[in-house]
Amino acid sequence: MSEVSAPKPLLEIKDLAITFSTPEGPVNAVRNANLTVMPGETVAIVGESGSGKSTTALSAIGLLPGNGKVSAGQILFDGEDLAQAPEKRFVELRGNHIGMVPQDPMSNLNPVWKIGFQVKETLKANGLAGDKPNERVAQVLADAGLPNPAARANQYPHEFSGGMRQRALIAIGLACRPRLLIADEPTSALDVTVQQQILDHLDTMTSELGTAVLLITHDLGLAAERAEKVIVMYKGQVVESGPALELLRNPQHPYTKRLINSAPSLAAKQGVEVKTPHEEQAAKNDNVLEVKDLTKVFDIRKGFGRKDKFTAVDKVSFAVPRGTTTAVVGESGSGKSTIAQMVLNLLEPTSGEITFDGQKMSKLSEKELFKFRRRVQPIFQDPYGSLDPMYSIYRTIEEPLRIHGIGSTAEREKKVRELLDQVSMPASTMHRFPNELSGGQRQRIAIARALALQPEMIVCDEAVSALDVLVQAQVLELLQQLQDELGLTYLFITHDLAVVRQIADDVVVMERGKMVEHASTDEVFTSAQSDYTRNLLNAIPGATLL
Amino acid sequence: MPENLTPNPEAGAPRGKREGKVSNYKIEHFVAPISETPLQGVDAVKETGKPLSMWAEAWRSLRKRPLFIISSILIVAIIVVAALPNLFTSVDPTHCVLENSNGPAVSGHPMGYNFQGCDIYSRAIYGTRASLMVGVFTTILTVLLGTTIGALAGYYGGWLDAVLARLGDVFFALPLILGAIIMMQLPVFRDNKSPWTVIVTLAVFGWPQIARIARGAVIEVRNADFVTASRALGLSRFKALLRHVVPNSLAPIIVVSTVNLGVYIVAEATLSFIGVGLPPDIMSWGNDIASAQTQLRSNPMVLMWPALFLSVTVLSFIMLGDAVRDALDPKARKGA
Repeated sequence: MSEVSAPKPLLEIKDLAITFSTPEGPVNAVRNANLTVMPGETVAIVGESGSGKSTTALSAIGLLPGNGKVSAGQILFDGEDLAQAPEKRFVELRGNHIGMVPQDPMSNLNPVWKIGFQVKETLKANGLAGDKPNERVAQVLADAGLPNPAARANQYPHEFSGGMRQRALIAIGLACRPRLLIADEPTSALDVTVQQQILDHLDTMTSELGTAVLLITHDLGLAAERAEKVIVMYKGQVVESGPALELLRNPQHPYTKRLINSAPSLAAKQGVEVKTPHEEQAAKNDNVLEVKDLTKVFDIRKGFGRKDKFTAVDKVSFAVPRGTTTAVVGESGSGKSTIAQMVLNLLEPTSGEITFDGQKMSKLSEKELFKFRRRVQPIFQDPYGSLDPMYSIYRTIEEPLRIHGIGSTAEREKKVRELLDQVSMPASTMHRFPNELSGGQRQRIAIARALALQPEMIVCDEAVSALDVLVQAQVLELLQQLQDELGLTYLFITHDLAVVRQIADDVVVMERGKMVEHASTDEVFTSAQSDYTRNLLNAIPGATLL
Repeated sequence: MPENLTPNPEAGAPRGKREGKVSNYKIEHFVAPISETPLQGVDAVKETGKPLSMWAEAWRSLRKRPLFIISSILIVAIIVVAALPNLFTSVDPTHCVLENSNGPAVSGHPMGYNFQGCDIYSRAIYGTRASLMVGVFTTILTVLLGTTIGALAGYYGGWLDAVLARLGDVFFALPLILGAIIMMQLPVFRDNKSPWTVIVTLAVFGWPQIARIARGAVIEVRNADFVTASRALGLSRFKALLRHVVPNSLAPIIVVSTVNLGVYIVAEATLSFIGVGLPPDIMSWGNDIASAQTQLRSNPMVLMWPALFLSVTVLSFIMLGDAVRDALDPKARKGA
């Protein structure tokens, strides 16, 4: 960052308005948006989905979807107005002036081309390949922190993990040393520890190159930690902007305040006691679920009858006292979801024993199993996949009652109304269909369906991970409230330690199929025993800020 | 928002990693007036407007499409013709007078006469029923057979899938017309020629296509969370297939079968044309085209009229299929 006497902003967006033409008429996605990025500075745009944050950033690189148009305002890049610039001008700018790191590392690399080829393509398009393009490619990949870059360049995307793919995408984005890098949720799909590594590396690289970064994220903690300046967007408008730390410590707009109060990563460190402890239940030594030496080994076919064994869950033991919440935490591939599947009896354990309310599950007959289904219910991660799109909300919630032959039609309808009320949805929702509801609302319907059979235990498999922070906070609160009212027991599977603080009494930390820590939530957060847990805790973005 | 460009006095002090950054520039703390973006309730439920199922939504977008409107008007007209042919002509199609052979159009006989001296218009009108019947029933049979087999194969997988998929491949490998010619020559079929023999023959060679589509759709749906959820609620595996998996796999099957309906009408005409389809005493477009071929040069209009009826019918069903696909799968829409 050079201290020029009168520095000019690199990117200046003035009174920007973006309109999408839809069959229902024009929709204003962004209104009166203003933002400034100085050379070498990192600016973060924060907002929930649909707030217009990505749309604003994409307009600066001319990548709005076909039906989107800049309808007013200016986008000044280095003094040049790009608001109505032709596609040709954007092609010149992309790559060597403005780079881009897209959100989803899984779908943004072409699976049929080698990584090296895809990097070379970028270099060639910008005339930077030089005489020895392959060496240049290796250099670029090495800069992005990929070990053994020459060999890596010869691999295909499916041979890379999510983190490595994101590094390759960062390599492509920065290959031509752009002056501005637009990073659209670059690490949302990754585990926190990987996220931390990648963002650290991105920081180092961009400060070396003097590249300014426009970081788009839904995580206020992350934004405050990585950017000098934070811009909060809500309903297509900038509601607050300012220096990152000041904004975090002294928010002015009610929406920003709301965001900060709901962000689990920030709440975790503020010591906000959202969770009411259930010590008296735990003390009774009345365990609903006991898992002993649970092991699951998968066979991986290698062709020609050869098989490899993969131990997904390795001798895991824990107990869940009645009326409490136990969180199972781990990164992807730690075996936490496999445990959930076995507890739900959707997957058979290789060895070990699951005891539910004193009954050994391996000894259950078909008939007893059917009864067991009533007592343990799942809630899944993807709110768009967990409700049958063909079923109205009424039929969805009524289905479990009908399967188990409970009540007459009129009684069932009454019950559905009660359940909707319990999850704070208006009764009129019952004639609607899942496609008319938002993610958080669908998740509440899934909870209502799970509650229909009055279960004793609910297994939440990443139940709030796909939701925006505010909605997430709302669903967590609902789960909390239902626990207090109905004495439910939760097994809460999550990758997000920050959420654990808000909901769990006990925590089981998993690493590659093994249980590395099992303690109360307070113990884990104040005095974690294993290095792995400490790493996870440290990687929570924004954890060091408040 | 104006940016103050004077250097920030706080900057410069080195800060530890991940402690937040302080800019070299002074950044103004901007707060929008609350009146501009009033806070709304978090995740408020939409309570206005009529609730819409997926099918209702598809219907709403379908009924506005010109392609759908044109094709459905044509199809309704075709169905009415097939059901009540005597509303459209008072001439008996079997009343043929040889002195009218290849006669030109006269009043009451707008398309003239064929070689046998029969009224072409009347024959085309009465021929609609056989053609439409073959198309509709073949489609129903293929959908029933194909969906059942494809859904079982896709849902259960394993050896059942292997057996059913190979069985389908055997039929799939035979060209429809070639297979149908051979099958129609079997004594059972040859001696009992009727629309039903044609329907059965076409269905035998048509189901694998539907089965493949059904299998793919079922495999896509069977691992959805809502299927797992209903299993966890206590629904048996087979009932989950019936209640959740199959209804969610129907869209591509409906699209393909609508287009196929037209294709089967053409196949019937082809079989009748080469003499192995409908018996000659049943009036159908295929039979009329076949008998017209002898005078293709002298009087081509004899062939043109039934061929035109056939084309319009087939085109209507293919257009309807296109419109339905666009409505059920918005991703396949061309352009914006």
